[in-house]
Amino acid sequence: MFITTLLCLLALSMASFFLFNARARALAVGASSRLHSLPSYHGAYVALRVALPSIAFLLIWSLCQQPLIDRLVMSSLPAEATIGMDKGALDLILSEIKTVADGRIFGEPSPTILAAAEQYKEWRQLGQYALFAGGLGIAFVALYLAHRKLAVEFRARQRVERIVSGLMIFCSLVAILTTLGIVFSLLFEAYRFFELVPWHEFFFGLNWEPQIPLRADQVAGLGAFGAIPVFTGTLLIAVVAILVAGPIGLFSAIYLVEYAEPKTRAVIKPTLEILSGIPTVVYGFFAVLVVAPAITAFGQRLGIEMAPNSALAAGLVMGIMIVPFISSLSDDAIRAVPQAMRDGAYALGATKAETIVSVLLPAALPGIVGGFLLAISRAIGETMIVVMAAGLIANLTANPFEAVTTVTVQIVTLLIGDTEFDSPKTLAAFALGLVLFAVTLCLNVIALRIVRKYREMYE
Amino acid sequence: MNNPASPSQTPMSFFLTKEAMNRVRRRKAADLRLRLYGLVAIGLAVAMLATLFVSLIMTGYPSFVQTHVTLDVYLDPADIEADSPETGNYRAVIKESLLTLFPEVKNPRQQRALQGLISNGAQYMLRDEVTANPRLIGQTVSLKVPATDMVDQLHKGVISRQLPEDQRKISDQQIAWYDALAASGRITAPFNWALFFNSDSRFPELAGLKGAIAGSFYALAVCFLISFPAGIAAAIYLEEFAARNKITDFIEVNINNLAAIPSVVFGLLGLALFLQFMGLPRSAPLVGGIVLSLMTLPTIIIATRVALKAVPPSIREAALGLGASRQQVVFHHVLPLSLPGVMTGAIIGLARALGETAPLLLIGMNAFITSDPGGLMDPATALPTQIFIWADSPERGFAARTSAAILVLIGFLLVMNITAIILRQRFERKW
Repeated sequence: MFITTLLCLLALSMASFFLFNARARALAVGASSRLHSLPSYHGAYVALRVALPSIAFLLIWSLCQQPLIDRLVMSSLPAEATIGMDKGALDLILSEIKTVADGRIFGEPSPTILAAAEQYKEWRQLGQYALFAGGLGIAFVALYLAHRKLAVEFRARQRVERIVSGLMIFCSLVAILTTLGIVFSLLFEAYRFFELVPWHEFFFGLNWEPQIPLRADQVAGLGAFGAIPVFTGTLLIAVVAILVAGPIGLFSAIYLVEYAEPKTRAVIKPTLEILSGIPTVVYGFFAVLVVAPAITAFGQRLGIEMAPNSALAAGLVMGIMIVPFISSLSDDAIRAVPQAMRDGAYALGATKAETIVSVLLPAALPGIVGGFLLAISRAIGETMIVVMAAGLIANLTANPFEAVTTVTVQIVTLLIGDTEFDSPKTLAAFALGLVLFAVTLCLNVIALRIVRKYREMYE
Repeated sequence: MNNPASPSQTPMSFFLTKEAMNRVRRRKAADLRLRLYGLVAIGLAVAMLATLFVSLIMTGYPSFVQTHVTLDVYLDPADIEADSPETGNYRAVIKESLLTLFPEVKNPRQQRALQGLISNGAQYMLRDEVTANPRLIGQTVSLKVPATDMVDQLHKGVISRQLPEDQRKISDQQIAWYDALAASGRITAPFNWALFFNSDSRFPELAGLKGAIAGSFYALAVCFLISFPAGIAAAIYLEEFAARNKITDFIEVNINNLAAIPSVVFGLLGLALFLQFMGLPRSAPLVGGIVLSLMTLPTIIIATRVALKAVPPSIREAALGLGASRQQVVFHHVLPLSLPGVMTGAIIGLARALGETAPLLLIGMNAFITSDPGGLMDPATALPTQIFIWADSPERGFAARTSAAILVLIGFLLVMNITAIILRQRFERKW
């Protein structure tokens, strides 16, 4: 019904464009003065007036319809059927009503459920009709209102441009709306989590076992939510990644900017960029398939005890992934150093290496630091590599040969499968998400500020 | 300057002493070392890239062929009724055709082991064939059916015969049967079309990517339909119309930050906002597409702004001079001229969205679904989540399938990126 209505509205809008385009043209023929706007603007004005409000109605109605009907159905249930039930039990009843309404009847539902299912079907049907009727109704009212404006002196172009500006402004606000959506959904769910688990237990607790109930009188009654080992695990893997990517990225950037021939550079730079274009799930599989077994075998030869999903393997692969980040940002930073500073160093007799180490790198340091910060934020927020290659069990250790878990791994494992929104297990993922969001946001803001400030220094 | 000890007056012989020469040599060596470090760093990165591709191709390419066994199946009218061919006992028919090849196998346990050579999907393939063409009943047809995973692995040499029997899944007896089948030319390994035209399955030899490709296609279509127009509109507004003030600065900072937020956070947004609050269905490509579009939006906005900036001001001034309004300038002249750059940015953004996994996991696009999605609201998987599911499966055959799926995904990414590069080189104007 949604698609049908949408197509109807689009067809109506298009038809009104051509109709009013032609009518404006006809108006111009007989009129003593010229049309204020081109005929196509008259058409476009009516078409926009028809399409926009009705499609907005369509979207809003189809988003609100389901929750509305759910509420109506639940309140139509006789009071004795729902008395003393908590939210989970009510949700179960609702989903039973829905499956019965869809015709998938298992066992023998009670007569109240059957009646409610009938009611549900009726309301859903009604909602569909309302969608169609409302959408078309609004479109025709808009068409009537717009049609009365058709006149030689009507300033159609200005009206159309105002509508288009409004649309463009709305689109630029989507970015802000998305950020707001993220912030509010994280804050809201995290707040509910901190109602169940005290915040100091989360931020300072040393025990992370969300799956297993430890003691019966525990606040959550479900497990331990001390996130410190999760944070340290994230840091450990990020540190390994930076230790790998930092030198490789920085040295390759130095080579590409200062030593390489332009031709070599033109080949190698895009090759390094490929590393950042590979989907992270591929890196994750690579870590499991090749890197982790290789590292374990290597460790065995050296006599080091090593977990198969060690932090080293995950960090190493993540390091490879962020090499292009560090190398391209360092590359930009080194290249932005003015040629005069290079020439000055050469004139004093410095070798290339001396120029790089004592002139270029100090001058480019803010840019390089910014690049490293962005890379760290990338490493902290990276998900698939660690989900596939790192451990699931929180482990408070600084030993890279052991398995550790990370914030992102916990978010994914807590949310895969069941998503009951009132268990602390699920909500904990949002608390972790909030921490992740806040930390990466800070790192990004600081990094971008450093990079920008430094760029202004030389421009 | 008038210092008498200035270096200009140092005698030439100072530079020819042994210490001086050593110093120069050391300095040159340090220079060489730095150059070497650079080369080693690049070498390491490129070697890792090469290892990645080589290992994926090595493990993945066998999956592009699939071992089949040719059976002569007698479609016994006793097992299959002509008026309802879809309910026939095809399992028995297949079993019978195997037993005619190996009449010496009498013991039921051994018979089961023999049946274990053939994929469980064989009976359904036969059923579909007979249902489509009921006149076959009563005849003997020659049918190529997929072998099970272990036979497939044996044929491809992944399982070694040298292993002791208790360490491999396939028994010595089964290997003997396989050898007999191979000797009579009944084992073939044609191109594995099933990889592209089957949906997911619990059995590696039957599992394919059709559902995942369809799911990714739907999600990307939604993503494109939302992020392309919205991204262009936002970029035009910010680049051409917005006044420079606090609000537009804030929007800009916001867009840059949005581009750097971890993808898993977008998954949390999708879960809390679209699934829980708005009640949209789980695992639906529609939700996946919306979440991906929010992630792609900053990429498209940034790329479009760069493309708009590249159009010289003279174009705008000429159009304004001829009496065009500011919107006419943009929509009639600037935007068409920058379209190749915009398209390039959009394709690159979509390519990134195609490889994105974490947000799709959180909204449930990693379900086990054996049919391909019929629409935007049907539960579906996507290519990267399918890779994740297969990578998690313990069967040997899925390791190869995972690599093959990755190669398919990378193939798509390659096509998209090459299109973007060609678009840029062919159509982008240099001013």
